[in-house]
Amino acid sequence: MNAPKKKLKVATTSLAGCFGCHMSFLDIDERLFTLLEHIEFDRSPLTDIKTCSPDCDIGLIEGGLCNAENVHVLREFRKNCKILIAMGACAINGGLPAQRNHLPLTTILEEVYHTSPGLKNGMIPNDPELPLPLNQVHPIHEVVKIDYFMPGCPPSADAIWKVLTDLLAGKEPELGHGLMHYD
Amino acid sequence: MTYQLETAAHPETLRRVAIDPVSRVEGHGKVTILLDDQNKVHQVRLHIVEFRGFEKFIQGRPYWEVPVMVQRLCGICPVSHHLAASKALDVIVGAKKLTATAEKMRRLMHYGQMLQSHALHFFHLCSPDLLFGFDSDVTKRNIVGVAMAHPETAKRGVLLRRFGQEVIRVTAGKRVHGTGAIPGGVNKALTVAERDELLKDIYHIVQWSRDAVQLIQKVHTQDPGLYNSFGIFRSNFMSIVGHNGDLDFYHGTLRARDDNGKIIFDHVDYQQYNQYIEEEVRPWSYMKFPYFKSIGKEHGWYKVGPLARVQNCCQISTPFAEHERKEFVDYAGGSPMHAPLAYHWTRMIEMLHAAEVIKELLHDDDLLGSDLMVQGERQSEGVGVIEAPRGTLFHHYRVDENDLITMANLIVSTTNNNQAMNEAIRHVARRYLHGHEVTEGLLNHIEVAIRAFDPCLSCATHALGKMPLEVELVDPEGRIVHSLSRS
Repeated sequence: MNAPKKKLKVATTSLAGCFGCHMSFLDIDERLFTLLEHIEFDRSPLTDIKTCSPDCDIGLIEGGLCNAENVHVLREFRKNCKILIAMGACAINGGLPAQRNHLPLTTILEEVYHTSPGLKNGMIPNDPELPLPLNQVHPIHEVVKIDYFMPGCPPSADAIWKVLTDLLAGKEPELGHGLMHYD
Repeated sequence: MTYQLETAAHPETLRRVAIDPVSRVEGHGKVTILLDDQNKVHQVRLHIVEFRGFEKFIQGRPYWEVPVMVQRLCGICPVSHHLAASKALDVIVGAKKLTATAEKMRRLMHYGQMLQSHALHFFHLCSPDLLFGFDSDVTKRNIVGVAMAHPETAKRGVLLRRFGQEVIRVTAGKRVHGTGAIPGGVNKALTVAERDELLKDIYHIVQWSRDAVQLIQKVHTQDPGLYNSFGIFRSNFMSIVGHNGDLDFYHGTLRARDDNGKIIFDHVDYQQYNQYIEEEVRPWSYMKFPYFKSIGKEHGWYKVGPLARVQNCCQISTPFAEHERKEFVDYAGGSPMHAPLAYHWTRMIEMLHAAEVIKELLHDDDLLGSDLMVQGERQSEGVGVIEAPRGTLFHHYRVDENDLITMANLIVSTTNNNQAMNEAIRHVARRYLHGHEVTEGLLNHIEVAIRAFDPCLSCATHALGKMPLEVELVDPEGRIVHSLSRS
């Protein structure tokens, strides 16, 4: 009998995204238990590990960059993950949050925190604990090197499964017909 | 008690401990705690660091895009935003009453979502705390640990969630970010094949949901000292209730009670929500703090979600869930239960109710109808409200004569629980952290309190330590893409 293979470490995070890609990941349903025979989760919203271990094999990034924290987390992932994957529309091109890019940030903050109906007091939150918002939402490949891109809003569970199982098998991941989509 | 520990007298002299990111919640958040040299707690805050500005950037878009756009607020309960927006737009297109097929298709979609979200939250995210203990081994405190120690429980959680997602897929076309609802109705009905596929599994889904209620009831009642007091605070609560005061997740009128269960307002048409609710901004969070106008910000805040809904309604229309509701009310002894961990118990009662309603709907031939849409006299303003898994969700829009959105106001479920979550973590900090050395296990107690609310802090981000006052975005080749600083 072969000795059990070392499990691959997978870290995941959501930057400026909606968590839909993580939901789609969980939509592999019972295949999750098969996957757990081959991988272990490192930093992820599904675990209580709050920073990446230095030897992660795969990093899955959902969401784009909308503030300074996103940039920090993205760099942490790049530094600690051998393979970095942009998962979904927001990571690839900013997605829906990037619809704010044609508006000045101050105009949006004004609208939400000053002129919005039903507000008792208008004030733009500004505290050292709140990360600096970027003027525009950026895709993640503008800041670090990305190894693979998985399109879709979100990519389907089957697409995520295919990429992960290809990588586990040591193959170049490939989304074939039916799995490559952008909606 | 309100506002105790919210702001320390001299924050600059204190030591900062952060829980960052809060994990095993649906979305992102961070908690900061300020302690003195004796480990006395002086300040505790749950910060929502998200800012996206949906209210602004959807302005100028045609109204029919909105139900598809706004669900991207959240990938965990996209159906709630999809339907709350659609309900607001029903008002705009003058659809006073939807066809039976349209209303039931939307209900089926929504109850499918309630089932999947409650299963996800309970089994995938919270069950490790409840099954292993709050300060158990951090490496096992996740769904993988549950799958190893309690494989059947983990499997049922996955299968319950799968079923809910399949209900969404057949009604909305896609599990995450589907379509389905349109202003005035829906764009498809169910096929017989789709219905029969779901009917094959429904018996087990109802049974497993009943077992899940038993499981959490057992966990809760085995340690009443902990479960009835952990993170406890008293507050008002609010939800919509359906016809005759039934528990209803899709439609109804607003009802609020005070901490003793006395009605504050009832049968309120949600089109008038802004006459009853006001919001406050605080500098340290991007999430606003709502409260009842009539009571004021100091005492007028409230809880929403399963614990509020199950205690706010007069009855539940399905037999198994109604039986469990009565058990819960009996356990609470006739007055409202305020313990945050009782959220889990009521959440499972709601999951059972969702399973029973889905079963009823699947046997209803109206779902196979072809009359999908109505329109009436065009209006310029509409409010849509729904009970999302985490609580009452408000969408409010104005549309101009060119069909473009001119105003949007959203109060999402977790915003309604903002003050309540802050109160819960301050109680836990006082009880467990005060004067003690802060350990990982103790910090997880804070997160256990947050998780009880099932917060959806989606689209916030994770911070690593204090944020810099300057940030530069540099591309992989070292070129500066963007730089800015805090003024």
